[in-house]
Amino acid sequence: MAEVFVAKVADFPDGDRRIVAHGVHGIGVFNWQGQFFAYANMCLHQGGPACEGLIMHKVEDVIGPDKTWMGQKFSDSQVHFVCPWHGYEYDIRTGECAADRRLRLKKYNVVQRGDDIYVAV
Amino acid sequence: MVDLPLSNDRRMKVDEFDSGKMLAHATRQAKDRGYEKFPIVDVDSHHYELESFNEILEYMPDPVMKQLAQMANSGNSKGVGVMPGGVGYQDIGGRAIRYPLRRIEKTEPGVHRDVSLTRRWMDAMGVDMAVLFPSPMLQLGLHPQVEAEVALAWAYNRWLCERVLQEESRICSMIYLPFNDPEESYKMVKEFAGKKGVNGFMVTSVRYRPVHHNSYMKVYALIEELGLPLAFHAGYNWNEQSMTMMNKFISVHAIGFVFYNMVHMTNWVLNGLPERFPKLKVIWIESGLAWLPFMIQRLDNEYLMRSSECPALKKLPGEYITDMFYTSQPMEIPRDMSLLESTFKCIKAETQLLYSSDYPHWDFDLPSTIYDLPFLKEKAKRDILGGNAVKLFKLDINGRKLAKVA
Repeated sequence: MAEVFVAKVADFPDGDRRIVAHGVHGIGVFNWQGQFFAYANMCLHQGGPACEGLIMHKVEDVIGPDKTWMGQKFSDSQVHFVCPWHGYEYDIRTGECAADRRLRLKKYNVVQRGDDIYVAV
Repeated sequence: MVDLPLSNDRRMKVDEFDSGKMLAHATRQAKDRGYEKFPIVDVDSHHYELESFNEILEYMPDPVMKQLAQMANSGNSKGVGVMPGGVGYQDIGGRAIRYPLRRIEKTEPGVHRDVSLTRRWMDAMGVDMAVLFPSPMLQLGLHPQVEAEVALAWAYNRWLCERVLQEESRICSMIYLPFNDPEESYKMVKEFAGKKGVNGFMVTSVRYRPVHHNSYMKVYALIEELGLPLAFHAGYNWNEQSMTMMNKFISVHAIGFVFYNMVHMTNWVLNGLPERFPKLKVIWIESGLAWLPFMIQRLDNEYLMRSSECPALKKLPGEYITDMFYTSQPMEIPRDMSLLESTFKCIKAETQLLYSSDYPHWDFDLPSTIYDLPFLKEKAKRDILGGNAVKLFKLDINGRKLAKVA
């Protein structure tokens, strides 16, 4: 399997992303809390650059023990990247569409070799 | 430089933004689908007129209103105090990133910013001609001072014609009518008909004036005589009494953009206006498509039992509805695509549907939303994407491709 160079580990800080050239639309590679994830950079909605938008924690409702709504908060653990065209949100760890997990971006394996990060294509 | 606030107190600094680059995938779609072979007309697109508000106010005829508005616009809050509107989260908290970043987008020197930005997205998508509408002014029909709607409409329309439509032939518009004042609306039709780039007239639907009121008949008669279309452009209003019960923007947007057009269409059809103005072409803008099978079924069913209330009608309400025109965006893509196919058949989409993007608004649709539909033949795709609009607006482009897809 071919590999595409992404970045040196030292140049790819936590919370950052890279878009690497591959195919027509490229691949988005994320470094999130020391783990690397890579997905096809094409939104399943209208084909937008899904990996190029904001990285946002999942918004959650806070429901009390009596089932009343107490407000909202950002999740401590679940994180999405958001297609900048229309706001489709994708789980950064799985590539699943947060609003309908039956939809999923094509996922690529990320390989660390020495100081270098590659994506397997 | 823009410093964007993100979740959990993170921030992101952005140095530059180019909407053409952000739409690079749209450009790829234009090439892959061969848009260079046929014209594409976008019948509903937008600019942000408050970015040019000081220029617009130079065209305002009322000197006192002009000074009030200039003063209101001189601080950091553009137009606040002059324009109605208020709460709304169109940008999805910045997730639709072109909203917070457009302020740092650079444009071509010597070209009006609105022209430069509009051409940029048109070329990126492969759009040849665009009908351009304002954004915040979509709520101007709620202004508590009728004279303010009138004064702002005069100023905006004059500015639009002189500064935007004169500069770029690929951009046209349907002139904003200050519909809360029928006499001024009439004068406005007289003033702007025939000017370069004026392809019709537009009523913003968010307002509280019934379209069947007798005071409008001479406005409709004049527009019909001129052979130009009349459009009703949808909008939302979180202060609408029933919508004050809604706690989310998605709710207000999803229902609001259909609600007012439902009211106006019901009045339009059941009061027999299509019979009174049989040659007047009417376009309903930005309500999507799913409301139409509902309206047709609902009105037809009740009409058959209560036709005595609607003596002006000579055919079923739904038959008038399918004689009118509709813009496509925001086109609902259902899980069961046979629903969309049925809707297309129901509204005679092959002749009555007009592609629209609504760009740069958050829920814009690319031409591929039409082009990729599996149940349409190539001719129908091309007619919806451009041919129907060329015919309706009598556009003189002779099938030429004007977009410069990079």
